[in-house]
Amino acid sequence: MALSQPPYDEMHDSDGVRPHYRTFANWLKQTPAEKLQRKRAEADALFHRVGITFAVYGEESGTERLIPFDIVPRIIPAGEWQQLAAGLKQRVRALNAFIKDIYHDQEILRAGKLPAEEILNNAQFRPEMKGVTVPNDIYAHIAGVDIVRAGKGEFYVLEDNLRVPSGVSYMIEDRKMMMRLFPELFAQYAVAPVEHYPDLLLDNLRSVAPAGVNDPVVVVLTPGSYNSAYFEHAFIAQQMGVELVEGADLFVRDNYVYMRTTRGPQRVDVIYRRIDDDFLDPRAFRPDSQLGVPGLLDAYRAGRVNVTNAIGTGVADDKSIYPYVPDMVRFYLGEEPLLNNVPTYVLRREEDLKYTLDHLSELVVKEVHGAGGYGMLIGPAATKAQIEAFRARIIAAPQKYIAQPTLSLSACPTFVENGIAPRHIDLRPFVLSGRDVTLVPGGLTRVALTEGSLVVNSSQGGGTKDTWVLER
Amino acid sequence: MLSSTADKLFWMARYAERAENLARMLDVNYRMSLFPQGPQSVNQGWNALLAISDLMGEYQSRYAEITPEKALAFFAFDGSHPSSIMSCWRAVRENARAVRGALTAETWETINSTWLELRTIEANLTAGGDVGGFFEWVKYRSHLVRGVLRSTMLRDEAFHFTWLGTYLERADNTARILDVKYHMLLPGGEGVGGAADYYQWSALLNSVAAFEIYRKVYRDVITPRRVAELLILREDMPRSLGHCIRQSYFHLQQIRNHHSAETERRVGVLDAELHFGRIEDIFESGLHEYLMNFIERVYELGERVSKDFLVSSEVA
Repeated sequence: MALSQPPYDEMHDSDGVRPHYRTFANWLKQTPAEKLQRKRAEADALFHRVGITFAVYGEESGTERLIPFDIVPRIIPAGEWQQLAAGLKQRVRALNAFIKDIYHDQEILRAGKLPAEEILNNAQFRPEMKGVTVPNDIYAHIAGVDIVRAGKGEFYVLEDNLRVPSGVSYMIEDRKMMMRLFPELFAQYAVAPVEHYPDLLLDNLRSVAPAGVNDPVVVVLTPGSYNSAYFEHAFIAQQMGVELVEGADLFVRDNYVYMRTTRGPQRVDVIYRRIDDDFLDPRAFRPDSQLGVPGLLDAYRAGRVNVTNAIGTGVADDKSIYPYVPDMVRFYLGEEPLLNNVPTYVLRREEDLKYTLDHLSELVVKEVHGAGGYGMLIGPAATKAQIEAFRARIIAAPQKYIAQPTLSLSACPTFVENGIAPRHIDLRPFVLSGRDVTLVPGGLTRVALTEGSLVVNSSQGGGTKDTWVLER
Repeated sequence: MLSSTADKLFWMARYAERAENLARMLDVNYRMSLFPQGPQSVNQGWNALLAISDLMGEYQSRYAEITPEKALAFFAFDGSHPSSIMSCWRAVRENARAVRGALTAETWETINSTWLELRTIEANLTAGGDVGGFFEWVKYRSHLVRGVLRSTMLRDEAFHFTWLGTYLERADNTARILDVKYHMLLPGGEGVGGAADYYQWSALLNSVAAFEIYRKVYRDVITPRRVAELLILREDMPRSLGHCIRQSYFHLQQIRNHHSAETERRVGVLDAELHFGRIEDIFESGLHEYLMNFIERVYELGERVSKDFLVSSEVA
């Protein structure tokens, strides 16, 4: 798993092109470079016109950028996907069981599988949720689990995103774009469809309505049109045919939540929120939040409205909890985990800290509560000065960090300035939990467009690819 | 539908209509400045336009004198005040983006691509492009947006709020155009014809796409009285006050709720007055006074719509 080993190549093995990429490789060989160039420009123009853009924090206000879209698909054979899907469902089941346990009996702590202070001192643990019963015992209704491929092609879970994972709109828009640009490829490949995701999501959200509500009203709660993921919020609401609301559109009366409409107040039963816990209810959490709904937590605790994902799921996707997920699978399901975790050093442990400080140039060090690729050290790519600066930060507060070996992420051919070259990728499938645990075949493939880079985040120059799961 | 969504649709439509009317007025002024006439009357035109839009102060804080170039820059692309074509379109696009779920994809994409194109046009025009062509373009994009709205949107509340905004804004704008031109042309009441007057009147008619309509309806020389009649009372003239109020009344009826009866009554009264009104009576009581009163009443209607539908009176 060290960098010295060449990355797993998604398209080629030692004998040439892998079988599931052969048809594509032939097509690519026969397609003139000018046509590909033209199709790329067409894709950019379409994304701009449709407004599939995101705002970049810290840039001039109103600046909108495209997430670069790559026209070479990432192809996953049927057999590999079946294993992956089974592992993902298993993992999300265990995570939901864990969150329920943590806010009720805390059996896993009593069994000594996980140190209690990791939970009770965790900023993501919400005491407000203790003893609260939620519909179907589901907390993480939508999970975006980041998967990477390393070594000889084994899949690893990099992190479980259980709060407000984003990217699903790109999964769907990338597919629409590929079908529009290269319909001939879809005639030659049996690509499993993903466009029914909004249907599945709506069905899922309706299935977790408060008890006794027959025809639940679902809304999507967004921080507003200046949020970087606003396009996705609007897209999901529109695709499901439900209202997209901001905090100011909602109010709570007698523990029921209503939205303000042109014909007076209307009851709301399920809120698919795309706002972090901290901003949800100024009476319960950050009092300065302008985005939330005063009184929402009380209505939620009273069981009059459901909030998806539940409040307090962050305790399960925190990087400090990640090392314990395989144990959760064993503890709650009595099964062996189907998906690998990346070996992780927890720097609050003395021996892990010592090892890490001795091997900083080989390791990736991440801030426990960081997200979006900010605040991390990639040892092999860092300068001596950067490593020393980070060393000081770790020593000052070791409990804020974990470390992992540098995974050589798999590489997929990607259209770049001077033709097609391999670039590192990851995969974020979206797992839905409600009546059942389901997922559409595929996910969002992110690609690090800079040569050699392992950072796939869109905020740091990453792009996306259409992800093809083959049906046969 | 959400009150906030209705509010954004209403304003999206108003700003699109405002941008179009602004382009129409700028176009007329620009064309008139090409006719042989003294700088006096050219300036008069720009002065009138600044007065119509209550922008004299804004303008004077930027420029010491009025020249066609400066006035065009001010009205077309100056994003630092809210009334330029650029600012209006930014507002159209921001409102549309915030409610894109309530619009059809084709409507949203038409609006978004207009905005994207506007930004490239700005760069070209600053480098000395075709000004007249730009005003045409704004008008045609406006036609396109309305066409897409009309031919793709479900006839639901979103549709009716959009059109209510369009017609209230147009009623206001036509009244202002008429008032300023009328004021300018006839300082002492009735005037007489002449070549200069002919161009002024035909310019006014052109600015509301009514020159051919005038010919068709009256088949006679252009007189102030008939121009006023056409633009105030003719219900079949799509930019007249009568038409705008009739349409506003219709769309308001489609969205009525338990607060809106009084607003509906007031639009109905205004509609009846226009329907049964006579141009002689309007002139007798004073055209300027009539138009000022009309603009005030349309403003009040906008406020009432906002109170009845857009700002929820329900509190937590």
